[in-house]
Amino acid sequence: MTVAAPTAPVPAEEGSRLVRRGSRRADDGFRILSLVAGLTVLLVLGLITWSTTKEALPAFRQEGLGFLTSSRWAPNEGSFGAWSFIFGTFFVSFISLVFAVPASIGIALFITEMAPRSVRKAMTFVMDLLAAVPSVVFGLWGVSVLAVQAPGFYKAIGSPLSAIPGLGGAFGGPYNGKSFVTAGFILALLVTPIITSITRDVFETTPPGQKEAALALGATRWETIRGAVLPHARAGVIGAVLLGLGRAMGETIAAALVIGSGRETGLQLFASGDALAARIANEFGEATGPWRSALIGLGVVLFVLTILVNLAATAIVSSAGRRRR
Amino acid sequence: MPGAGGAEVSAAVPGTQARASLTRSSISGGRRFRNNLATLLVCTAVAFALVPLAFVLYYVVSKGLGVVDQGFLTNELPAQARRATGGIGPAIAGTLVTTGFATLLAVPLGILAAVYLHEYGGSRPLAAVVRFLSNVMAGVPSIVMGLFIFTIFVVRRGDRGLSGLAGGLALACLMLPIVIRATEAMLRLVPGELRDAAYALGTSKSRTIITVVLPAALPGITSGALLAVARSAGETAPLLFTIGAARQYNWSLAGPNTALSAQIFSNAQSGFPAGIDRAWGAALTLIVLVLVLSVVARIVAARFTVR
Repeated sequence: MTVAAPTAPVPAEEGSRLVRRGSRRADDGFRILSLVAGLTVLLVLGLITWSTTKEALPAFRQEGLGFLTSSRWAPNEGSFGAWSFIFGTFFVSFISLVFAVPASIGIALFITEMAPRSVRKAMTFVMDLLAAVPSVVFGLWGVSVLAVQAPGFYKAIGSPLSAIPGLGGAFGGPYNGKSFVTAGFILALLVTPIITSITRDVFETTPPGQKEAALALGATRWETIRGAVLPHARAGVIGAVLLGLGRAMGETIAAALVIGSGRETGLQLFASGDALAARIANEFGEATGPWRSALIGLGVVLFVLTILVNLAATAIVSSAGRRRR
Repeated sequence: MPGAGGAEVSAAVPGTQARASLTRSSISGGRRFRNNLATLLVCTAVAFALVPLAFVLYYVVSKGLGVVDQGFLTNELPAQARRATGGIGPAIAGTLVTTGFATLLAVPLGILAAVYLHEYGGSRPLAAVVRFLSNVMAGVPSIVMGLFIFTIFVVRRGDRGLSGLAGGLALACLMLPIVIRATEAMLRLVPGELRDAAYALGTSKSRTIITVVLPAALPGITSGALLAVARSAGETAPLLFTIGAARQYNWSLAGPNTALSAQIFSNAQSGFPAGIDRAWGAALTLIVLVLVLSVVARIVAARFTVR
């Protein structure tokens, strides 16, 4: 810093001090404003917990633990058991992951390891597009196209498989268009972009030296992926899957349209069932009094379950990130 | 000396053989099979995403174009879903009003919160708590946001509760964590040297943030905010119990309103052929609307980008 001192240093300094005094107040004001904005998150999350739980309390009090364990949901008799919806939520989410996880990992491998640059860009764009289509549009397609044409297909697949001992329950009839498996498939389309984008980020962190070393040893592309890419990615992929699970559990509208509002609590793929969010969406309009309170209770159960799943996911993803660094 | 080099190579006969054995043809059948199988599986996975997406877009465009005309876009909703008359004009208005209000609420708030997290909070415990809870909030199912606004706002205001205002509030709750996360990620990319340069010129911290840091991050923040806007414009669940039901145009936040997504849902659920047709038309309108919004905002962001 050999720059010559300004010709009039004193006024300049005075000036800057003046500016500083005036702007200090503005500075503090802005800092407090942004702090308040940050605290809104705390406030909103607190209010969500408090106000939904308060409205659901009558139903929780009346049913006790039975709210979670009973599967008898009869609003006109005043009995509310959420088990069939909790079961349905997990069953449908599980089906969606069975579709979405291999697909997402495959797409992520395609984008990071196989595709040439131009195809990679196009594929990324397609995934963004898939993520941008509103879920209600997928629900509309599910209910007016897929669910209409599916039963014949389901029967063709299901009947031979149900003849195998042990699989009779899962693949047996009835073969409904609006069913667990239809909802699971639609949800898979919704969570695939999420799981893909995280898995892709994880794959991209593979040290290039390890991939090159594998290739230099004469490994095929698949052997490189297995030996160098996948071992790095395990924790990150598990975290991504859990985030997808959280999204699938909370997804309402598409499931509400295609799950069929049944009361099935067995592992029957082609039966009509129901999930927490779908039941709330389909019944809330007509509900009053204790019925409404019970539906809000379903919302609280869903809220707690998704938060637990998401917390597990973030913990796994962040611990994986730390190990990599 | 190329000649000498060539002579050396041809002399080292075993070396050439080793090199030849590294070509593809010498990979054993099992390994080649496994490699090809993996490639095939990966391509199947890609098809899994592409085929349904192509189907859905094809249906939306072909069925939607059959329904959408000027009357469809401007007329009021029919009294009954099974009638083929009427349009979805009020739903377009409702989507614009509720999403616009939610954007005005959530985007500035989210940007400010991200500024707190990255510029002021850093790794302080309070900032860590806020960041953690913002991630938790991002995972809250959208229908729970709807229930939240219903229990805290709609119930309290009785008949006047169901309104565009309530729907916008629910959408804003959904957008807030997305905006925070995207903005913080963008602020992290702004080089520290820019801030140092501004401080060295005697600029105060708030001025530095407003005139240097935020403009540098603007394009990224805009696209993050856009993602949030697009997501909330397509959301149905938060609106189900908050927005009410209107068949006429309502450009104000007060009073019952409706939205494209809500119309797609209720018409799809009705099951009437005319209702399904209207739902396809509304779906096409919604997708185009979201695309146009994002293109416009991207152009705006590009114009204001400081280089």
